[in-house]
Amino acid sequence: MRSKFLRNLLAAPLALSLSGCHLVLLHSAGAVAARQSDLMIASVFLMLLIIVPVLIAIAVIAWRYRASANPPDYDPDWEHSSTLEFVVWAAPLMIIVALGAMTWIGTHQLDPYRPVDHADYPNSVAPNVKPLRIEVVSLEWKWLFLYPDYGIATVNQVAAPVGVPIQFHLTAATMMDSFFVPAIAGQIYTMPGMQTVLHAVVDRPGSYRGFSANFSGSGFTDMRFRFLGMSAGDFARWVAGVKAHGGTLDRAAYLRLAVPSRAEPIHDYAIVSPDLYSRILDRCIEPGTTCMSRTMARDAVRQRRPREP
Amino acid sequence: MSTTIRDTVDADAPQFYCTEEPHPENGTLLGFWIYLMSDCFIFASLFACYAVLGTRYAEGPSPREVFDLPMLAVNTALLLLSSVTFGFAMLAMAKDRRGATLAWLAVAGVCAAGFVGLEVREFAHMIAAGAGPDRSAFLSSFFTLVGTHGLHVTVGILWLATLMVQVARHGLDETNRRRLSCLSMFWHFLDLIWVGVFSFVYLVGVLR
Amino acid sequence: MTPHRSAFLHFLLGRLTLSAIPYDNPIIVWTFVVVAALGAALLATITYHRLWGHLWREWFTSIDHKRIGIMYLVLAIVMLLRGFADAVMMRTQQAIAFGGDLGYLPPHHYDQIFTAHGSIMIFFVAMPLIVGLMNYVMPMQIGARDVAFPFLNNFSFWMTVAGAVLFMLSLFIGDFARTGWLGYPPVSELRQSPGVGVDYYIWGLQIAGVGTLLSGINMVVTILKMRAPGMTLMRMPVFTWAALCSNALIVAAFPILTAALALLALDRYVGTHFFTSSLGGNVMMYINLIWIWGHPEVYILILPMFGVYSEVVATFSGKRLFGYSSMVYATVAIMILSYLVWLHHFFTMGSGADVNSFFALTTMIISIPTGVKIFNWLFTMYRGRVRYDVPMLWTIGFLFTFTIGGMTGVMLSVAPADFMLHNSLFVVAHFHNVIIGGVVFGAFAAINYWFPKAFGFRLDPFWGKVSFWFWLIGFWVAFTPLYVLGLMGVTRRLSHFTDPRLQIWFQIAAVGSVLIFLGILAFLVQVYVSIRRRDALRDATGDPWNGRTLEWSTSSPPPAYNFAFTPLVHDRDAWTDMKRRGFVRPASGFQPIHLPKNTGAGVVLGALSLFCGFGLVWHIWWLAGAAFVGIIAVAIGNSFDTHRDRHVPAEEVDRVEREYRRRLAAQASAP
Repeated sequence: MRSKFLRNLLAAPLALSLSGCHLVLLHSAGAVAARQSDLMIASVFLMLLIIVPVLIAIAVIAWRYRASANPPDYDPDWEHSSTLEFVVWAAPLMIIVALGAMTWIGTHQLDPYRPVDHADYPNSVAPNVKPLRIEVVSLEWKWLFLYPDYGIATVNQVAAPVGVPIQFHLTAATMMDSFFVPAIAGQIYTMPGMQTVLHAVVDRPGSYRGFSANFSGSGFTDMRFRFLGMSAGDFARWVAGVKAHGGTLDRAAYLRLAVPSRAEPIHDYAIVSPDLYSRILDRCIEPGTTCMSRTMARDAVRQRRPREP
Repeated sequence: MSTTIRDTVDADAPQFYCTEEPHPENGTLLGFWIYLMSDCFIFASLFACYAVLGTRYAEGPSPREVFDLPMLAVNTALLLLSSVTFGFAMLAMAKDRRGATLAWLAVAGVCAAGFVGLEVREFAHMIAAGAGPDRSAFLSSFFTLVGTHGLHVTVGILWLATLMVQVARHGLDETNRRRLSCLSMFWHFLDLIWVGVFSFVYLVGVLR
Repeated sequence: MTPHRSAFLHFLLGRLTLSAIPYDNPIIVWTFVVVAALGAALLATITYHRLWGHLWREWFTSIDHKRIGIMYLVLAIVMLLRGFADAVMMRTQQAIAFGGDLGYLPPHHYDQIFTAHGSIMIFFVAMPLIVGLMNYVMPMQIGARDVAFPFLNNFSFWMTVAGAVLFMLSLFIGDFARTGWLGYPPVSELRQSPGVGVDYYIWGLQIAGVGTLLSGINMVVTILKMRAPGMTLMRMPVFTWAALCSNALIVAAFPILTAALALLALDRYVGTHFFTSSLGGNVMMYINLIWIWGHPEVYILILPMFGVYSEVVATFSGKRLFGYSSMVYATVAIMILSYLVWLHHFFTMGSGADVNSFFALTTMIISIPTGVKIFNWLFTMYRGRVRYDVPMLWTIGFLFTFTIGGMTGVMLSVAPADFMLHNSLFVVAHFHNVIIGGVVFGAFAAINYWFPKAFGFRLDPFWGKVSFWFWLIGFWVAFTPLYVLGLMGVTRRLSHFTDPRLQIWFQIAAVGSVLIFLGILAFLVQVYVSIRRRDALRDATGDPWNGRTLEWSTSSPPPAYNFAFTPLVHDRDAWTDMKRRGFVRPASGFQPIHLPKNTGAGVVLGALSLFCGFGLVWHIWWLAGAAFVGIIAVAIGNSFDTHRDRHVPAEEVDRVEREYRRRLAAQASAP
């Protein structure tokens, strides 16, 4: 499943015939995406085992039994063969058993909630590397990235050092979007008041395309961002740069940022209120609103409260 | 060639058509039953929503604060009574007694109207007290589930009144018997749903 | 919007103002001009030929399942033109909107177009196609005179029309939803979409949904109760089996759509909090509910077409269907499994590996019975004598296309692969691959196959072949690039692109859509040419393809009563059995036949529903209320109408049958 061989096998003829197009899903720059596309290609090969014979059989039978050829073995009453019936159920069943086993394992291994570590990805991640936490908020129609470890934030651009596991914690301000950097890892939804998690790692330095993959209104088309993979040194310099010239992101600045806008330019924040992300997630960023977790805790207490006398 | 002929009424002179017009059994009761099953799916969706949202009070009122159990007892009793009296109407219909059928139908209708009346009163009180469907997800799903049931009962009453006029006019002919049987299924179906609402919404809400 | 409208005007018109008419948008104005001109021409022609009375008496008010079936198909073809116009606009926009060029459609217009395309194609093209076909064919296949509830059938049709008209009105009065075809919140909630678009969507679907549900119940009862004597369940034609499963799914799935849309409507009209993100609502509940309907819906559409292919393959191979029982069990298995897969439409919700694995596996398991079907069609052709008439061409095209579409579908069911492909153009290519390759090809196969039954003459084969090749090639030219673009990581529903490397693929796809347009045009030409050449294409026998099932045992077009005597069934291929064992058409002993009378109540109820929906969309409460009361009143009034039957006298049956026998004899003696 991990072999690059399979990937190249399919990618090579495609790349030849589709010269000039960049099949990013088959040429990833992150270990998670690489395994996802391996799984995709392996599933195609497994299915071709049955699809190719079927397609050939359709052509052969359609041609051989054409009426104009007056097929000699024509039998208008031939309608049953236990052997064939067994085969037509068993053949797809076996493919699906194999594919199902592969999928079950792959789905658990590539669960976005499962941390990326050295044990699983020995070629991408060194042992005992501390993961980088990035908090992601999808806004109308731009992306806000917060780095709690560094106290900085960026809009429509996110950077990460190569070989360091990244923990994305994601939520949305108002709409439902899907966070997707095809070169790095598969996508995951961002939803208001809910948090999803995505683990990934970038293998090669570079600038990669990221965007929302779920329609979220009129500015959705321009809801793009850059994902920058950097060496450790470059990343440290990048963080220092953000700290040097970025602005301040407090609740008021966030509310200004949250006003719907299209094709928002990249900009940075050097100072970020520490509770900003948790307040966005908890839906109490606007002054005077009660946090959702508080409401739910109170509701839960009232559910259990014994009857008053 | 004849190897394919599976079973033949008479191999020598096969009969390929009915000389007498066959009368397939009337499908109305089956059709109406299928409709009720599809209605069941609507209620299932609403129950599912209530299961998800029923504890989200959003710091608004909780079931214990808005449900009026004594009134609920009266309400439920009325609906059950209406179901029983509808049963009596069907028994009277089976005995071909038009007058008794009409009388029991009227009682069933009045009970059901009382049920709807009490429910409207409950809703009005809740809305006046600021516990309307827009207050919280719990109240949204409560009003929708209970209100959909109430709407069904209202339609049932309208239908019942129509059928009473028809029975009075045409008597207990075959058509009216069939229609009454459909309405009877509808009526008991709504009772069944109410048992679900009663236990799942009201009792669980108050006793939790 | 004028802020200072008088209270009276507000009461009278709700939120409808003159500015709701998009006269400043040249595209819509020209569309309106063309539609109005064509409409006026059509109305003038009907008036000139004094056809209004005929149309009203013989078609609009008809409770004959055959005429209702044909009207459904006409509705589907008209709506296909609308839905396809949307498709061409999208393809054009995406082919030109690169870099500095923003294309000719701003997002608020483009977003309406993809929403309208999706919802119209599914609800008002694919659904009427399958409902129309089942209506036309199924009662005859089971040897019945009509469906179980003929009036309900007419009513269902007019409710579907009312929904379609409401959708079409949104083109010229106000605007349509900008949400995608399933109307996901939060985009469809009041905060994001305060206008009338989503309301048009909700009420159009609710009204049509009533029709679909009732028609589903009607067909299930028809199949269960009205089969001719001798037709056991395991002797039913496969198309009828497929219709039974499809309608069972309709009955069990559409109520969930009704519930989901009703809750969305409550959020928008009453201010409830089902799917809001405040006060306890939950967006994902809508997405779950809509897909619990949405996935069975896929099989509601494809199962009847599987039935069509089964009939066509057996007929044109001159052979019994291979593996009938396998076919039936496979259909039933698909029906049941289709309920257990809905979550694969949102693996990316983040619901965890166990949940995702479960739904991935159930999805894959569906491919087993589907694969069995493909094999069975193949083995039906094996040892056959396959005639390549137009219906068979569509079937072969389907076998190739659908097999590949099925493969990409299983790819998408591998959850981690779906994390990469979800919402991409790959998904768009996949579902067009199965819906065009499966449902549309099936519809054309069916139309070419049963047209001579319905009208007494064949469709012109030359233009049929032209249409087939344009569609087949057009499909692959239009959608292969979308597969490629999906693998390039391009998301659906984008109105503008920055990467110039993508443009060539969109241009190829646009060429494909032109080819498909030529395919549609060729079909319309085919119909026109066939009507002109109807004498040359005439079929006097009622059995032009050497058919195998009961619908071919009666004349073409069939008389209102379908069969002079109800058939007695001894075999699965009942008509083949009759032909082999020397069935002699009866010449005497005719009896009067009892049929239901036509009624205009369905048209009236449909029209009132349309007014009610329009009132609800525009907040014209008096109109909605009055129309609703009207619906109840008409329904009650109609229940007092006890004279619903008519009898076709025995002499009339005798005359019709004698004429049919005369034509048969003339055909037999002709060289």
